[in-house]
Amino acid sequence: MQVALFITCFNDTLFPDTGKSVVSIVERLGHQVIFPEEQTCCGQMHFNTGYQSEAMPLIRRFVEIFSQYEVIVSPSASCVGMVRDMYRFAAEVHQDAKLANEVALLADRVYEFSEFIVNRLGIQDVGAYYPHRVTYHPTCHSLRGIKVGDAPEQLLRAVRGIDYVPLNQSNECCGFGGTFAVKNADTSMAMLGDKIRHILDTRAEVCVAADNSCLMHIGGALHRQRSGVRIAHLAEILAVQE
Amino acid sequence: MKKPESVIIELAPRFEVGAKSALQNTQLRRNMGKATQTIRGKRAAVVDELSDWESLRVAGQHIKDDVMQHLDTYLVQLEDAITRAGGHVHWAKDAHEANEIVTHLIQATGSKEIIKVKSLTTDEIRLNEALELAGITAIETDLAELIIQLAHEKSSHILVPAIHKNRSEIRALFQKSMNLPDLTDEPKELAAAARQFLREKFMSVRVATSGANFAIAETGSVCVVESEGNGRMCLTMPDVLISVMGIEKILPRWQDLGVFMQLLPRSSTGERMNPYTSIWTGVHADDGPQEFHLVLLDNGRSDVLADSVGRQTLHCIRCSACINVCPVYERTGGHAYGSVYPGPIGAILTPQLVGTAYADSLPYASSLCGACYDVCPVRINIPEVLVHLRGKVVAEKQTQLKSWFDGENIGMKAMATTFAHRSTYELAQQAGQLAQWPFVYEGYIEHGPGPLGKWTAMRDFPAIPPQSFRDWWRERQRDE
Repeated sequence: MQVALFITCFNDTLFPDTGKSVVSIVERLGHQVIFPEEQTCCGQMHFNTGYQSEAMPLIRRFVEIFSQYEVIVSPSASCVGMVRDMYRFAAEVHQDAKLANEVALLADRVYEFSEFIVNRLGIQDVGAYYPHRVTYHPTCHSLRGIKVGDAPEQLLRAVRGIDYVPLNQSNECCGFGGTFAVKNADTSMAMLGDKIRHILDTRAEVCVAADNSCLMHIGGALHRQRSGVRIAHLAEILAVQE
Repeated sequence: MKKPESVIIELAPRFEVGAKSALQNTQLRRNMGKATQTIRGKRAAVVDELSDWESLRVAGQHIKDDVMQHLDTYLVQLEDAITRAGGHVHWAKDAHEANEIVTHLIQATGSKEIIKVKSLTTDEIRLNEALELAGITAIETDLAELIIQLAHEKSSHILVPAIHKNRSEIRALFQKSMNLPDLTDEPKELAAAARQFLREKFMSVRVATSGANFAIAETGSVCVVESEGNGRMCLTMPDVLISVMGIEKILPRWQDLGVFMQLLPRSSTGERMNPYTSIWTGVHADDGPQEFHLVLLDNGRSDVLADSVGRQTLHCIRCSACINVCPVYERTGGHAYGSVYPGPIGAILTPQLVGTAYADSLPYASSLCGACYDVCPVRINIPEVLVHLRGKVVAEKQTQLKSWFDGENIGMKAMATTFAHRSTYELAQQAGQLAQWPFVYEGYIEHGPGPLGKWTAMRDFPAIPPQSFRDWWRERQRDE
């Protein structure tokens, strides 16, 4: 199978290791990765902050670039949610029937990384080995947005050597929320404070999620506190082998 | 543009300002966390009992969709039915008109006091303040409403307005305002004190006001759902009953109540059924109030109806499930929202009722986590409406000259231009890698410049790695 990688601007620039891990896992499972180099940003930050007229060209651009691919995979639940749910909404409010049609054809072909492996490929064990104590935070967009269910946990539980510890009150938002994290920094930190407390309670070495954006927020506080707990995208755990 | 003083906003500071001070109140954080988590658990338990919960939500949504499509027809149908049953219907386009109607109706009875059933709609129009100006005292009979009335505070929750207070705080308040120095903080004793205070009023006051949870267009019946029975007292004991209802609360048929009476109690108090449901149709000789008035309130609702995305906000049945589940509300409490309607529903309803220009911080008072949408019994897509309203806020801002000096606007436009082409995007990546060096320490930025400083004031920021993913990919392609 040919898999087009939608890396997201965020991972491309700040978390290249996540992209490299996705490539190595998909190739290890016998599939070919294509990277459409024209891709930049899906427009989520602009659209969700209210800059709709700035987001629309980015949305149209994304659809144009990715429409030719059969299977599109991304290591970001929130950017997948943007394409799958908010593109439809954007086309609707901007009364763009052509875009709406293109989005309807594209949306079902865009997969978040863990749902691609578990639901599309039907694989739980990707042959990973990770001898560390790990907890998992289900991000809002993976849990309630695109509803990946327990796909990430299925993948984690199949990792050899892992000491997987469930997170208390895991389904509560970490407080990132895109520009919310700076516009409402105080509330964002109050939410993060409780999330950090639950993470520390697990005694995990690593906090894992399906979105590096939320992890950057969580990891930013863990690092500021010199907590000794690090963050890692799910793909980076699954890429490690004996 | 509408003037906000006639509506609901308390003209509080921006949400983030109110939130900042509320977040520092450790007692509030404790009270709110405990209360919201308890009620969340109760709701989840009773919702899980129903195998057809999702179908019920869809049914609720469809009934409300139909109401919004044919609101004009149903309202006239309701007016006819109530009039036939001996009641009177009044139409109020805004808060001012509604208050005038209610004041005149009370003045016509000669009464200087009224007893009130807990009602958000009368809070929205600030009826109590309007009556006070006319020399009429309004007595809240809902326990929590009474608490905040005695404390001269504003409600912080639509269902449990005193959710921000714990029992020792309530004890101190009752000791002082009811002159009961020996009162303990036992809930039973506190309730008994309020009961004693209120019974005297139920027996003597001849006029009552209420809101309405539902009104049935085909029968002209009005319905109030409550827990304490104090509402039932107000609805049955006085001679004159005046109900104020938002126009969107109407249901077409009697049988529709069957759907909403399953959705509402489970979503709001986490009960299978609430203790008191009162339904009345006009007036009946020698039974209950002999004079009944229904005031139908618009107060901005027609404008909400006109917006195809925002319209679903009017589906709200005021259950408070979204408020109880909201991680933002749980931490800031309700006062930061500066409105009778706090939490996620308030963040979308208030800006639409008063105009986004007067409440432009509220659509941003959410991390878009989506927990509200999941629990909403009538499936209001709150995150989608929030994003829609943010679009309106920005579009309005961009029509003004000052947006040219607005850092966020400039930055967003610049980024959109950068992302429009692969070449400028890649150039920006390289520029970022180079420009960050004075701020990077051991792979992290701890004190960022400009807008990044808002992030690093509270969290560290990872340095941009020297090689982007796409650079790595290109290198790999070359090597192969």
